[in-house]
Formats: sequence, C-alpha cells, structure tokens
Amino acid sequence: MSSMMASTFLRSIQNHPLMLYPAALFIRKKVVLYCTMKSTESQTATQEKQNPRIKVPPRTQTITTTNNVSKDYEAVIGIETHVQLNTLTKAFCSCPYNYGSPPNTSVCPICMGLPGALPVLNSKVIEYAVKVGLALNCKLSLNSKFDRKQYFYPDLPKGYQISQFDVPIATGGYLDLDLPMEFGGGHWKFGITRVHMEEDAGKLLHSESGSYSQVDLNRAGVPLLEIVSEPDMRTGIEAAEYAAELQRLVRYLGVSNGNMQEGSLRCDVNVSIRPIGQSQFGTKVEIKNLNSFSSVSRAIDFEISRQVQLHSQEKGDQIIQETRLWEEGAQKTVTMRKKEGLADYRYFPEPDLPGVILTKEYVDAIRDSLPEAPEMKRRRYEKMGLSMQDVLFLANDINVAQFFDATIAKGADVKLATNWIMGDIAAYMKNEKLTINEIKLVPRELAELIASIKGGTISGKIGKEILFELLAKGGTVKGLIKEKDLVQIVDPVEIEKMVEKVLAENPQQLEQYRGGKTKLQGYFAGQVMKVSKGKANPGLLNKILLEKLNAKS
Amino acid sequence: MLSTLQSPRSLSRFPSRYTLCTLTAQSPTSTSPPPPPPHSQILSIRHSLLSRRLSAAQLAESYLTRLRLTEPHLKSFLHVSEDAVLQQAHRLDQMIASSEELGPLAGVLVAVKDNICTADMPSTGGSRVLEGYLPPFDATAVRKIKDLGGIVVGKTNLDEFGMGSTTEASAFQVTANPWDISRVPGGSSGGSAAAVSARQCVVSLGSDTGGSVRLPASFCGVVGLKPTYGRVSRYGLMAYASSLDVIGCFGSSVADTGILLHAISGHDRLDATSSNREVPDFASRFDSVDLLESKPLKGLRVGLIRETLDDGVDNGVISVIRGAASHLEELGCSVTEISLPSFSLGLPAYYILASSESSSNLSRYDGVRYGNQVAADELNSLYGDSRAKGFGPEVKRRILTGTYALSAGYYDAYYKRAQQVRTMIRKSFKAALDENDILISPAAPSAAYKIGEKKDDPLAMYAGDIMTVNVNLAGLPALVLPCGFVEGGAAGLPVGLQMIGAGFDEENLLKVGHIFEQTLENCRFVPPLIEHDDTP
Repeated sequence: MSSMMASTFLRSIQNHPLMLYPAALFIRKKVVLYCTMKSTESQTATQEKQNPRIKVPPRTQTITTTNNVSKDYEAVIGIETHVQLNTLTKAFCSCPYNYGSPPNTSVCPICMGLPGALPVLNSKVIEYAVKVGLALNCKLSLNSKFDRKQYFYPDLPKGYQISQFDVPIATGGYLDLDLPMEFGGGHWKFGITRVHMEEDAGKLLHSESGSYSQVDLNRAGVPLLEIVSEPDMRTGIEAAEYAAELQRLVRYLGVSNGNMQEGSLRCDVNVSIRPIGQSQFGTKVEIKNLNSFSSVSRAIDFEISRQVQLHSQEKGDQIIQETRLWEEGAQKTVTMRKKEGLADYRYFPEPDLPGVILTKEYVDAIRDSLPEAPEMKRRRYEKMGLSMQDVLFLANDINVAQFFDATIAKGADVKLATNWIMGDIAAYMKNEKLTINEIKLVPRELAELIASIKGGTISGKIGKEILFELLAKGGTVKGLIKEKDLVQIVDPVEIEKMVEKVLAENPQQLEQYRGGKTKLQGYFAGQVMKVSKGKANPGLLNKILLEKLNAKS
Repeated sequence: MLSTLQSPRSLSRFPSRYTLCTLTAQSPTSTSPPPPPPHSQILSIRHSLLSRRLSAAQLAESYLTRLRLTEPHLKSFLHVSEDAVLQQAHRLDQMIASSEELGPLAGVLVAVKDNICTADMPSTGGSRVLEGYLPPFDATAVRKIKDLGGIVVGKTNLDEFGMGSTTEASAFQVTANPWDISRVPGGSSGGSAAAVSARQCVVSLGSDTGGSVRLPASFCGVVGLKPTYGRVSRYGLMAYASSLDVIGCFGSSVADTGILLHAISGHDRLDATSSNREVPDFASRFDSVDLLESKPLKGLRVGLIRETLDDGVDNGVISVIRGAASHLEELGCSVTEISLPSFSLGLPAYYILASSESSSNLSRYDGVRYGNQVAADELNSLYGDSRAKGFGPEVKRRILTGTYALSAGYYDAYYKRAQQVRTMIRKSFKAALDENDILISPAAPSAAYKIGEKKDDPLAMYAGDIMTVNVNLAGLPALVLPCGFVEGGAAGLPVGLQMIGAGFDEENLLKVGHIFEQTLENCRFVPPLIEHDDTP
C-alpha cells in the first residue's frame, strides 16, 4: 500500500511537476486512496511498513520511467546510513540494548557518561565493521582510531560522541544492486565513500504540553556503523533501492536487524540538482526523518521537484544548504535548521581508547567466514536459469533464500521449488501474515513433495493439498501420503475397473459420446478421478478411458 | 601520639626548635641528636595490630584526634567520615579477635583526593558543578584499597578538577601547607599532600596530570609517586586530560608510598589504557638500613638534567638538589649532568594538550544529568548558565584555551604541533634513560610560596610546573621525596628531589628512593605543626 502511494506520487509529479501546493497534495491523496483499493501489491524497497521480512514482488505495476521531473535537470543524491549493530552489549560498556525497554533501564555509569567512567571497546563492533567493510568491497584501514566529535545536546551524555574522523575503518567500496523490472531494471553499482564506527546517542522524550523534555539514555552507547555513499544516485527509487540493498546486506551478514521503524537503520539523504551537462554540484540539502524506504523515495522526489521548481522560476538562490525534515503526514519537506557556516565538531583522537589495529590474519579469518552476500546469491540464482523476477524474489529476504537453498540442497528441481515458494507458499504466508521461518513446512519436505509429484507417487493436485497441510501443521510428505492413503494409482487394471464402473453407471452419457459428443470425455475423466478419490494417475486414466470409450461394443 | 607509629625513642629526639638541616648546609646548629629517617607507618600499624599492642579503634582514634586538631588550620579535607572510619576499625578489631586474616592495608587510614570517585562519600572534584554529587561506584583504586582492608578516612581538597598548582583553585576552601600555614601546599593534590604531611592519615591518593602529586609532595615534605601511565587504573578518576592523568600515591616514607602503589596497581578491564604488565612486589625492596652495604647503589647511573637547574630556578633549590646528587654519589651512583634539549618545550605542549583534552572531558558537566542545573528558558542558556556558575575561573580559562586549540583552522598549529613535541620529548627521555638508570631534577623551581602570591598570575603558576610536565608527556614514572630544606617560614621549607625512571620501572625508583631516604642524615620529615604532638 505504501508503495502505491510512492508510485502514485511519482506519477503525479511527472504529470504536474510544479504542482506541489496543498491543493495538489489533497488531490494526490485522493488518488492514493483509489489506487490503494485497486492493488495491494508492494514494491521491494517500499514495503517496510507492511511486513519487514517478506518481500513480495510487484506484478501489476509498471513504472517505466522513474522521476525525471524535468528533462533539463539532473538530481545528485548521496546517502548517509546509520546501522545499529546487534551486538549483545553496547559499544563501550556491558549494558544490553533492547528496543522498547522502559526509559533508562539499560544504563550504567559508562553509557551515562558519569564522571570517572571510561569506555572499553566491545571487540564485536570491530568484527562487524570489518564484515560490512569487506562485504561493501572496501579497503580496510589496518590502523584506525577513534575520535571525539564534540557538541552539546541533552541526549549526548558526555558532550562528545565517540566516532571515527580522519581514519575510518573502511573506505572506497561499492554496493551492487539489481533494480526491479518495474523501475527499469538493470544492474547498478553505487560507490561507498566510507564506513566508520561510532556510538549512538540517547533519545529525548518531549512532554505533550511541550513544557519539558526528558532524556532516555537506553540507546546511548549502542554501536553504529555510519555508511556514506558516493553521490551516485539520481532518483528517489535508486536511493530507496540502495537503502534496501544495504538493509539486505546487514541482515545477510547478521550484524543488524536493519529495522527502519525501530531506528536500527536510519537514512539521511543529501539532494542537489544541476542542469544536465554541468559537472559542478548544486547546493545540497539534507533530509532527515525518513522512516521507511518509501519515505526515502518520496522525500527525495519531493525535494527534487521543489528544487527544480525554484530553479526554473529563476529562484535558484533560494536553495540553501540546510537540513530539512520529511513530514510524513503532509508528504513534504520543511526546513529544520539552516546551517550557519560549517559546524565545528573539534574532532581529536579519543585518548581513552587505544588505536584499532587489524592484523591480516584477523581480516582473512573474517573474510573466510563471510556468508554469501545478496549480490553473490543473485548471480548464482541467475546462473541456475531463473528469471530476474524470480531471482529478486528469492534473494530479497535472507530467510527465503536460505529456505530455497536448503530445498535445492535436498535435490529439488530449481524451477519447481521456485514456483512453489513464489506461488502457494508466498500466498499462504501473505494470507496468514507469517514469515517463512514461522511456517511449519521445512525445506526437506518441500523437496520431498516436489520429488513425489515428479516421480508420480502423487498427483499435482494432491501435492497442493498436502502442501497446505504441511504449511499449517507440519509433518512429513511420506507420513501424510500414508496417513491419508494418497498414493497415486498407477495400476492399469485398477484404473480399468474404475473406468468400467463409471461407464456402466452412465449409459446415457456413453451413448451420447459414441453418438459424436466427444466433449463428454472430460466428464468421464472427472467421474473416474472422483471414484479414485483423486489418486488415479491422470495420464493413465485418460489413456484407458479413451480406449474404453472408443472400443466397439 | 606519633609514638604509636614510630619508636618512642626517636620521637623524644625531635628537635624542639627550628634547625636548618639541608644537605648543602650540613651543620645542624641544634644540640639535639639528628632525627631518624622515616619508618613505614603501614608496617608499624600491621605490627601493632597483629601483636595486639594497639587496637584498630585506638589507631584510628589517634589519627582522627590529630585530624580534628589540625584540620581547622590546614583545611585539607572536603569531607571526613569519622563514624564510618570508627565502625570499620571496630569491625577490624572483631576480625582480629576472631583471628581472621587481615588484608595488607588493614587499619590503614587512607585519604582520597576528591576527584577520585567514592560510592559512600561525596565526590565533587573541588567544583561547584558537582557540589553534593555522590557517585554510584568506587574508583578501581579505591575499591582495591578497601578490598585490602584500608579505611578511607575522607576526601581531600584540590584545585578544581585538578587544574592548578596551589589548591587555591578549589571551589570550597584553601588548604594550608603544614610547614607554614601562610603558604600553599602545592597542587593540585594539595589536600592529600598536606594530610599525609600532618599525619592526618597514613597515606593518600592523589592524581597527577602535569605534576599534581609531585609538586605538593615537594612543597609539603612528603613522598609522592607518579606511576607510569597505565600502571594504575584511571577508572573512577574524574578526567582532566585523559592521556596524561594518573592516580598517584603519597606517603610519609618511600616504603608506605610503594606499599600503596602496589595495592592499587594492575590491569583493569574497565580502563582500556591500563597496562597488562605484571606488578612486581615493590615492598620486598625496602631493606632495613642496617642491612645495606657501604655503597648500596654502586653502579647506578644517574643523569642530572641540566635544564632543570637553569635560570628561573631558586638558588636554594639548586644547592639542595646538588647536595642530593652528592649524596647519591656517596651511595655509589655515578652522577652525570645530561641535557634534554626539548625540555623547555614541554610546558607549552603540556598546556595545549591538557587544555584541549579538558575542554572535551568537562563537556559532560552541562547541568542536564547531575550536579547543579541553573533554571533556564531554553537549552543554550541552560548549558551556558549552569557552566558559567558551576566552573571557577581557572577551569574556564583552560576550557577556552582547549576549545580554541581544537577549533577548525587552529588544530594543526596547536594540538597537532603539541603532539609532535610530545613525541620528541618521549624520544629524548627514552634516549636519556637508555644511557642512565634514573634521571634526577628538582620537583619544583622553588619551595612553597605564599597563599595568594601567584593567584592572579596564571602564567607564573604554570611556569612552576616546568619540572614535572615533561614526565607526564613521556608517560614515565617519577618519585619525589624530601631531600632538604630552604629557608622560609618558621622552620624552613622542604625541597623535593624528583627521580624519573624508565617506563614501568617503579620498582627501581622505589628501591633507590628508599635507600636515599634511609641514609639521608640531618633531615626532618615531620612538619612543625605537629612536631610536639606526642599525645598518645
């Protein structure tokens, strides 16, 4: 649904690039509602809100062009992503972090920044950073360090954030992604400028009256990776897909739950526009408060149109370097703060922590233990002969991919396994609102089911019945076949008996058939299948039935 | 009362009037016999307790009595927990009665500088901004002392957050020097030094960022030890300049100082900069003077740093230090003058680095979570007003200096350059310590000066740190111990000798210091304030 809002929004901008006034918004909202009723399909990057785990590929939508708001301008987009690492304890103390705990219940002198407390680095943070750096094809700094970034804010208990400044742990990589077909498809590489480690800040809770604010330090000191992209993206969709691929990557690596609603993955985007052909960048605007991939996409596209509008009205100088906030309700960006010169964070090396030294052996050991990245998985699936739509569906969610891989590993036919997973299994999960890890069917039994149908033990129809049994209740294919006596009847003599019984019971229809109404073959076939309780081998049944029908009596 | 700690015989021999007994002027005019070298109070207490000659309660009471008598003159403490001290002493006596094993610091009254966190006592760092602050945890050093049976008697005065050289920059009170109460005790650990000097406690903890243990040790005539950076956990020490800060020890003898250092040393998983190195048993080196050979330090190579005897150093101090060098030679050392050309760069580099780090470390005192918050309508005034009211002028001066030095466009010229100087200083010390076993210098360019004398001249006060800051920049251990007197006050003013050792070689420093101390003749170690104090 949210994806529909996105695409509708895009279209409306394409149709009316300069209509960004409240009236236009109102109209757009109506269109959204209409579209929502028409379709419930989601797009890969934009269904975060619906179901964070299962990606259902779009089928009905086709957006052939992205948001080329104007032929004369191009947008330049870079993204800073903060990924919260799911280490057992915080970055510099032994407090656990659980999203949603009551305020200030997961704090200690260290993460509260009490006088005399000192940080000690959790080595898992380094391990996870190295994993992400390697998976993003970056160059690792074998000698990096932590620095202090200094500013005052009530959610920052020490008055500085422990971060990395001039020597980040990883630099100069890229992220591969395959754009879904409906967004034009194609393989893309977006540059990664740097990856660095830092600590999260706490949260401010504002009173309803607005007369006071409270500080919750549960989140203070939780490890983050800041991943900065090159300004390689040109559209909201590309940016959203980049973010979605990063989410996929950190989930594949197991370093973060990547959940945007909980703030485990946060994107700040920088948007500027320039006349096509100009190499110099325009004035960039930062957008914050993007809580879903669809808001990433919509906010960027809104911002691009806003800037293009200003430019084309000769008001380009009104585009100033500032931070704007995406307002989900109003579907627009508004000024949050204007940058007064360059912020001076007075970085200097963190004296409480020794330098971060990585040995080649350490890096090699992590490299060897890396799981298959989404990009590698997609290329492998592609080589198996699957279509890009199938590939993206299977590889989007690591749990689905693992289910698929395990099914294949049990010898299942690739195409058949894909069809089952993308078809009936996906439909079941969607209806029941379950993830693939929550269904009762296990890969081994799916492989067994596929083999049983292929080998003729059961018919496809019975296979489907068994599947729903397995999905809902579990059990084994063999067990269910035995329990329900579902083995396909392949004995010609037995089938012949059934055919003869049906013919004998339907003399009138037999007469009509033999009188030339050969359409009735289907009727007889159905009757025989009914007698066999669906177990007769269809090929055999038809062959024997035809012989009997056409036999001279 | 001192009879409980030292042999009664020696007490009676204390000169009743002031006598000049510097090493350079070894001509005691007094007819009294020379005072004996200091004994370990810690070992005497242990002996008294184990032999059941005195109870822990009696011992504690004797210190507390002296504390009550002297404190109105000295003001070394910001907080004293008399009841808790007596309770712990009684508990100890019960343990003794039931023959339970005693920790090595059992019954030892330890004073703790107020920038070191204690869970059961307020810890203000000498600052209004933390007035009334009660930390929820003990500093690692304090915890170790308690685990070994030590009794924390109270929290001592200091220059606010350790920033100062006189203890006048405390937000609460001015501490006096027990040798002359019109003079400063030195700083920033002035309270801890004065408390040991006046025997208000047995030993004490201080902190040393640029000389804050060694300068007051010199001014108050006690032994002060600045350990190697990383030897003692900083966990629980309110950070001033994290890359320079160390917790140090005060004692009235080298032996006590070494025993205290041993108690608090070692790796701490709560301090990433604490060292994994093994801690040698420093105490085993404190041989009785009777067992020493005639040249007990034979072969020890001692480098006298020429730059520390230059212009700007008090002539009296120079002659006392030269006298100390002669004494070392008598003990068998070969003393040579060496040059550390980068020495004078230490002071500016130190004040840039320490101020830079402090500007960051003190950001947390923003009035939001603890300490004093000034009511304000909006966030920036809450910060501004809380900090304006909470910090004293010296702290503000350093925050401003440090903020400036770290600002964009100035970083390279100041902070980065100071770091380069630091590397240079480290290397020159390394080279000098490859050639010599220890280096010696005065601990301060003068003896204690008058209260108020340098209060309005921060640069003159900063210049007084010239002898000590280089050692922090190099991260090395240094021991300061009394070696003589210069004229001043009613009874002369003590002068401290600084011995600088190689990194983590406190063991050698303590050994040399102990022999030096035990063979030093004609030098008094008890200030006039309490020298008649022999009430049991």
